[in-house]
Amino acid sequence: MKKSGFRIILNGLLSENPIFVLILGMCPTLATTNSAINGMSMGLATLFVLFGSNVAVSLLKNIIPDKVRIPAYVVVIATFVSVAEMLIHAYFPVIYDSLGIFIPLIVVNCIVLGRAEAFAAKNTVFSSALDGIGMGLGFTFALTLLGIVRELLGTGKVFGQIVFPDSYGALIFVLAPGAFIALGYLIAIMNKVRSL
Amino acid sequence: MAYILIFISAIFVNNIVLSQFLGICPFLGISKKINTALGMSGAVAFVMTIATIFTYIIQKSVLEPFHIQFLQTITFILIIAALVQLVEILLKKISPALYQALGVYLPLITTNCAILGVALLVIKKDFNLVESVVFAVSTAIGFGLALILFAGIREQLSMVKLPKGMEGIPAALITAGLLAMAFMGFSGIVR
Repeated sequence: MKKSGFRIILNGLLSENPIFVLILGMCPTLATTNSAINGMSMGLATLFVLFGSNVAVSLLKNIIPDKVRIPAYVVVIATFVSVAEMLIHAYFPVIYDSLGIFIPLIVVNCIVLGRAEAFAAKNTVFSSALDGIGMGLGFTFALTLLGIVRELLGTGKVFGQIVFPDSYGALIFVLAPGAFIALGYLIAIMNKVRSL
Repeated sequence: MAYILIFISAIFVNNIVLSQFLGICPFLGISKKINTALGMSGAVAFVMTIATIFTYIIQKSVLEPFHIQFLQTITFILIIAALVQLVEILLKKISPALYQALGVYLPLITTNCAILGVALLVIKKDFNLVESVVFAVSTAIGFGLALILFAGIREQLSMVKLPKGMEGIPAALITAGLLAMAFMGFSGIVR
């Protein structure tokens, strides 16, 4: 399976987008997208972990015995998550507070383990790195989009910039039910677009 | 009284799935039939309670005295993974009937973020051991309640003809949204 680097990145971003197509990693997607900036930071943190764990797993793939590979991958992923958590805590304390326990919960995000198992364990370091970036960008794209939709419909802002006065906003979109409904319709639209 | 508040809050007001967004994967994946939903809820309740007790003890007796809280994520996920394996082996030996009922769901639980989520929340909320156990049990009941309600709705929904793009996940998500809206009615009872 030889693919050009550009194709690998595009694959993660569009044709195998983790949220809209693979439907993986729903928890952070729903929980952290109450504003565009939160969604984007969560996406970028996951991008970092995906990139790191994909590179590390593909470097270690010949050393790790087959039987214990899943626990080994989990430890690799947990290490990168801890690094990401400490970096965010140190440099972006506001984002650290608003994302809360969802930063350590990147460990159990199915996308990260899924890509380690399905891609990084079988491919070269270079293409695994690209796959990590592509999938991470796809995830970030989806989270940012959902964040923009929810923030706009809920409060009339995008990235904190006022588009229309928030008295016209439907607060429900910032709250829990809006997350489910907005994501449901976004996936439905994506299904429609892809079937065209 | 405090325990009752934790109990009601975790089941209805801050329902783990519908307002905390934890455990969405099994919620969407294993909710097509009521029977499987029951099995999954049982397995989650079992593992969640044990895992919370273990992680709590490790946090208080190892991580905090040695000031190595930064290892929390790694430690907890390893404890949960090991525990799930252990429960699986023990259950196979001790109670084959229970293993038959819960067995297929156990491996899936390692990646259920609700388990790790509750273990982390308990530490964050500064609960003592008894409060943690109450919180874990009632969270698990809340998870089961949401899962079974949702499975019931989806069983009915599967007989309805939907527009093509809406079939499957989108319809399920919108249904979950409506269910979450219903649960919002509980907010304000307790914090």
